[in-house]
Amino acid sequence: MIALADYGVGNLFSLCASLKYLGIDTEVTKDPKKIKEAEKIILPGVGAFGDAIKKLEECGLSRVIKEEAKKGKPLLGICLGMQLLFERSLEYGIHSGLGLIEGEVRSIKDDMQKEARAGFKVPHIGWNRLDIDESDPLFKYIKNREYVYYVHSFYAGKCEESVIASSYHGIEITGACRRGSIWGTQFHPEKSGTVGLNILKAFTEV
Amino acid sequence: MITKRIIPCLDVRDGKVVKGRKFHSIKEVADPVMMASFYNEAGADELVFYDITASFEKRKLFNKILREVASEIFIPLTVGGGIDSLEDFDTVLKCGADKVSVNSGAIKNPGLIDAAAKKYGNQCVVLSMDVKRVDGKFMVFSMGGRENTGKDAASWAVEAVVRGAGELVINSIDTDGVKDGFDIEMLSALAPKVSVPVVASGGAGKMEDFADLFEKTGVQAGLAASIFHFREVEISDLKKYLNEKGVEVRV
Repeated sequence: MIALADYGVGNLFSLCASLKYLGIDTEVTKDPKKIKEAEKIILPGVGAFGDAIKKLEECGLSRVIKEEAKKGKPLLGICLGMQLLFERSLEYGIHSGLGLIEGEVRSIKDDMQKEARAGFKVPHIGWNRLDIDESDPLFKYIKNREYVYYVHSFYAGKCEESVIASSYHGIEITGACRRGSIWGTQFHPEKSGTVGLNILKAFTEV
Repeated sequence: MITKRIIPCLDVRDGKVVKGRKFHSIKEVADPVMMASFYNEAGADELVFYDITASFEKRKLFNKILREVASEIFIPLTVGGGIDSLEDFDTVLKCGADKVSVNSGAIKNPGLIDAAAKKYGNQCVVLSMDVKRVDGKFMVFSMGGRENTGKDAASWAVEAVVRGAGELVINSIDTDGVKDGFDIEMLSALAPKVSVPVVASGGAGKMEDFADLFEKTGVQAGLAASIFHFREVEISDLKKYLNEKGVEVRV
């Protein structure tokens, strides 16, 4: 069973629909016990970092997710869920993250070169090509430079060692990252058509 | 590079997809769930759903349909129509929407944009504006294009973005349903005023109109309804055509 962490931050619907479509046994849960029992964990998320990390802590899930991930249970953070895996975020102030992967969440706009600002709008919304590390098991069903769907204004930076996929939008955007059995995708696999479904399928098989 | 997006729009009333001309003489088309599924397969980059139902009871029907649609498509879904409060945002997001489009609700209460952006993130808040020429000026209309708000379109667009809107849909009432091309003049005037992505709406009648749109304006996406609904233009043909023209699209 894959536990889909429910800490009151939207977007679970589409993920559930995708996993259901793939025929995967999924449980949406806010129960730490269920997270412990699960074979794998997915940490979703849309919205603002500060609000999300607060909710994750309040419902007691941040501790159990950290513990399970450190034990080696496969974890996939999606979009804001990926950002939460890092040490900190600079979105509306400075917030501490789960600290499972080294790096910080930064503003795309602030980091973009001045010359790039005119040509690349922020938020980074839309379908962008994904340059992947083809050897990563997360990408075993997709090809290099296929399109995935992004919606975000902040991105993971100072995390070169864990980057396994990227897209260009005025700057190199961390598309996906990995540290051991912890994965994160900035894009939304559940919104990236067949390519995205194939990434989710690969995660369920790692 | 981000691709240009092709977005079919489904106006849903009382559970059916409808299509009007210049916002009037609405006529029924088909089952929204079936159509959404078709567009997902056909290569649409995103779908927009507008609920143009008036009554509260029928809104529940819309939510049910929305859940069904969201279960069958694996591309982004923007939902709008009668969004007046944070509760409305919550409802449609729980039904599977990815982005929420506000129009009259934000004109009545601009603070809704700030509140929603803070709660759900800027990328979730889409400001949809219906714009029409009045005495040579671009003015914002509300209530489905019936009421002149007296707001200047450029100022409202800028204000909404400052408040936290992450995307704009600019719908030209003057070209809506006329099928003679997007409102290049209006879009060229308004899109450069904002830093966020702009979706053009109103006027698409043929493939050339999309090439024209992307070549002449800086907008990120083209939205259309009837030409896709009535299959006058197939999305796969359109994308192939745009690619040949050097416009990057997802194929």
